[in-house]
Amino acid sequence: MSSIGTGYDLSASQFSPDGRVFQVEYAQKAVENSGTAIGLRCKDGVVLAVEKIITSKLFEPGANKRIFTVDTHAGIACAGLLADVRAIVEVASIESSNYRAEYGVPIPCKFLAERVSSYLHAYTLYSAVRPYGCSIITSAYDNDGPQLFMTDPAGMCHGYYGCAVGKAKQNAKTEIEKLKLKDLTCRELVKEAAKIIYLVHDEVKDRHFELELSWVCEESGFKHQLVPKDLYQEAEQYAKAALEEDSSDEDEEM
Amino acid sequence: MAASVMSSTGSVKMNTSHLSSLTPDWMNNEVLTGTSIMAVEFDGGVVVGADSRTSMGTYVSNRVTDKLTRVTDRIYCCRSGSSADTQAVADIVSSHMEILEVKLGEPPLVQVAANTFKEICYNYRDMLMAGIIVAGWDKSKGGQVYTIPLGGMMIRQPMAIGGSGSTYVWGYVDATFKPNMNKEETVNFVKNTLTLALTRDGSSGGVVRVAIITKDGVERRVFLHNELPQFYQG
Repeated sequence: MSSIGTGYDLSASQFSPDGRVFQVEYAQKAVENSGTAIGLRCKDGVVLAVEKIITSKLFEPGANKRIFTVDTHAGIACAGLLADVRAIVEVASIESSNYRAEYGVPIPCKFLAERVSSYLHAYTLYSAVRPYGCSIITSAYDNDGPQLFMTDPAGMCHGYYGCAVGKAKQNAKTEIEKLKLKDLTCRELVKEAAKIIYLVHDEVKDRHFELELSWVCEESGFKHQLVPKDLYQEAEQYAKAALEEDSSDEDEEM
Repeated sequence: MAASVMSSTGSVKMNTSHLSSLTPDWMNNEVLTGTSIMAVEFDGGVVVGADSRTSMGTYVSNRVTDKLTRVTDRIYCCRSGSSADTQAVADIVSSHMEILEVKLGEPPLVQVAANTFKEICYNYRDMLMAGIIVAGWDKSKGGQVYTIPLGGMMIRQPMAIGGSGSTYVWGYVDATFKPNMNKEETVNFVKNTLTLALTRDGSSGGVVRVAIITKDGVERRVFLHNELPQFYQG
């Protein structure tokens, strides 16, 4: 990193001579170090999946969740510093509830994603604050059907059919591109999401991880919630089976 | 509202002295749209309608008023009560919806506009005299009618009537209305109902204005007094 020591990376409110804002780039680095999170959108709903890395065996299972429900119809999956994420999720849920109070209808996903993006962006403009070290995947089922958006620490926001952030985002994106998202149902997609998370997990670097799965679709009553236990187990088994098949294929080739 | 409603609400600021009988009542009365208004959902949109009388007491200050007010391209409201109050509220909601349309990148839902009306009518219920029917078309729920009477409640109905004239035609609409009429049937129903209302109600009258809101936009019609249907006049 040639930029280090030049002094242009100390403030979020200063450009470097070649037009970069290093503080924002460092925030993006914080996101890259986090466990992978993916979002998949199909014809009848959205699925979120997170690879939550367990840093200590002494943690209770299910602690420090990385998928949040911000309104009945909307959910957020995230990558990055969990404490920053929680602050952003708070912002998102306040935005959702304000919209509901003012207009009497659930917030459109695009509107929510853009509001949260503006908030993240504001924190890249001043020297007195640091940018948020997190990316969030916003999903919802609204008037326009299933919706999926991803926002980075710079405040950039895009709509997606499928997206990935975190450590293994490149591998995950390659896997997502193989799926025919427009033809799959949500139920099938949950299993595929689980498979992708298991596939991209690096057994050597991070030994333990917990899989988190959530969805919004007709089957969940158009509510964002963690997938039911039986489907979760089915998905996990499917993922593990696919993984074993994968490794045995490799053995044969050798 | 009718004159009787006016005096019972106490907003007639007449002095109690014997001289009061010498001044014409329009000098002391608020400008009111003593009104007959209605809105009906039909297959593909809504029809809204209103009479055209604005009065101050017994004085008719405008006989060709347009009480069907635009909120967005496909949302209209029917106003009854104080002209000043309802115009002000409609203007506020209209500008609010214009901003929201830019923010959302698409026209706001009818429910959103109705909820904004309700919020204002409820929060300022002690200061306002406004009975409003919000109606329009949007792509998620099609034609919709929301009625917001005096206290500031809001409810969706397949059909709503309002204003002082409506009291005379409850029985007629209950007996005549049927869901899923076509456009022309609905327009006729609105025209007949409003004609019956404005012939019986002293503070309704003039012409019948109708607007038909569908996904294609708004079609407006005016039925002059001599074009209105003839009913029993006795």
